[in-house]
Amino acid sequence: MNTQVSITHRDYSLTGPESKRAVTTGLAAAEWYHTDVPRKVMKDLMKRRDGPPMRDTALWVALHILFAAGGIYFWGSWIAVPFWLAYGVLYGSACDSRWHECGHGTAFRTRWMNDVVYHIASFQVVRNPVNWRWSHVRHHTDTIIVGRDPEIAWMHPIKLGAKALAYVGILDVWGGVKTLIRNAAGQLSEDEKSYIPETAWPRAIFWARVHVAIYAATLLATLALLAGGAGWAAAIPFLLIGGPRIYGCWHMIMTGLLQHGGLAEDVLDHRLNSRTLYLNPISRWIYWNMNYHVEHHMFPMVPYYALPKLHETIKHDLPAPNTSIWDAYREMFAAVMRQRQEPGYALVKDLPPTAKPYQPHLHASVPERDA
Amino acid sequence: MPWIDACAADDIEEEDLIRWDHGGKTYVIVHGVDGNFYCTAGLCTHEEVHLEDGLVMDYEVECPKHNALFDYRTGVAKREPACVNLQTFEVKREAGRIQVMVP
Repeated sequence: MNTQVSITHRDYSLTGPESKRAVTTGLAAAEWYHTDVPRKVMKDLMKRRDGPPMRDTALWVALHILFAAGGIYFWGSWIAVPFWLAYGVLYGSACDSRWHECGHGTAFRTRWMNDVVYHIASFQVVRNPVNWRWSHVRHHTDTIIVGRDPEIAWMHPIKLGAKALAYVGILDVWGGVKTLIRNAAGQLSEDEKSYIPETAWPRAIFWARVHVAIYAATLLATLALLAGGAGWAAAIPFLLIGGPRIYGCWHMIMTGLLQHGGLAEDVLDHRLNSRTLYLNPISRWIYWNMNYHVEHHMFPMVPYYALPKLHETIKHDLPAPNTSIWDAYREMFAAVMRQRQEPGYALVKDLPPTAKPYQPHLHASVPERDA
Repeated sequence: MPWIDACAADDIEEEDLIRWDHGGKTYVIVHGVDGNFYCTAGLCTHEEVHLEDGLVMDYEVECPKHNALFDYRTGVAKREPACVNLQTFEVKREAGRIQVMVP
């Protein structure tokens, strides 16, 4: 099934011609396909609890402390390295799923708990908490709709070098810090203004200033330690704050790129543009079950701890999940390589016989509407 | 404005809602945790997603698309992305029926 507009270079800005095209063709803020789930079942799935996220957050915090303490205690010895690597993943990768789930407000039943974890995780992942709350709202309204979705990871033509660099976070962090500094200086880009309401601009600037101030304090601490003759130990503040987003982000990138990679743009059925895969329990804990990504996009009100149950409820209507990270990468990489040669190509997975067919009429009638 | 018969009280479980359409408009009727019934506009003020699939929790209803929160008693928007309050309408329960005063 060819669901794509066959063009090589697409304009992913939110204020350009693709954005206007998405609006005029009815792809923006459209009706999406949903699997039928009885109301009683969905009510049960949507139910919020404080217990699971409190347990997971307490463990997350405790492991931060444990691994940081180990890294500092064994400083100067190779034994410190695995402690820092583990700390890096807890900080630089697990932050993304906490940012995401608490941004939706679905993790905790108690709202202030969502907000506290959201702000901590936003800082760790180097995202302005206001900007990204709104960008993610748009991502859910217009998932992988070109010109509308600010969170498209795979932009065509695909630059594989940049994707490989993402695993060490340098470009991403550089971009994030530049945005924070620009926001702290009171400036929002035209793209940001397109999805953040004006009433939220002052808050975006305030939180950017808070984040920049903490990074500045970290830098000062590093310089003070250097000046005090601490030598390599002067790196500890950086390894604790900010640095893990570079050396520990690999798990976030590894799982995040799978969410939509190799799949379709400009469709209105999450089964065509999102990927569900089975993961090992450790990765699922780090990722807060976001491997059930089709399920999450179809029903964003379902908290992460209910996603496995949601998956069991609707899997008859979804493509078979990838069986592992390796299996998903093999599939995605083949599709991405083909996309590089064949603009407009997107992987369309087979549906089980129990599923309702893909709904191409939702997006395939775009040329007629475009006329 | 007259009272309009909307549904049976038994049609809505406690801490749940149903969609109700009338006169070319769409609403939700909520059976609150206090046992009372409430009626608000049916579409979220953020992007006009219908609240019929939303979650009722305590005194709030949550939009199923972007998790905006509204106090269904007053219509007040309590969580972004909603910035505009929901319109609310008077409700009364009479002989096991829910009646709503809507234009």
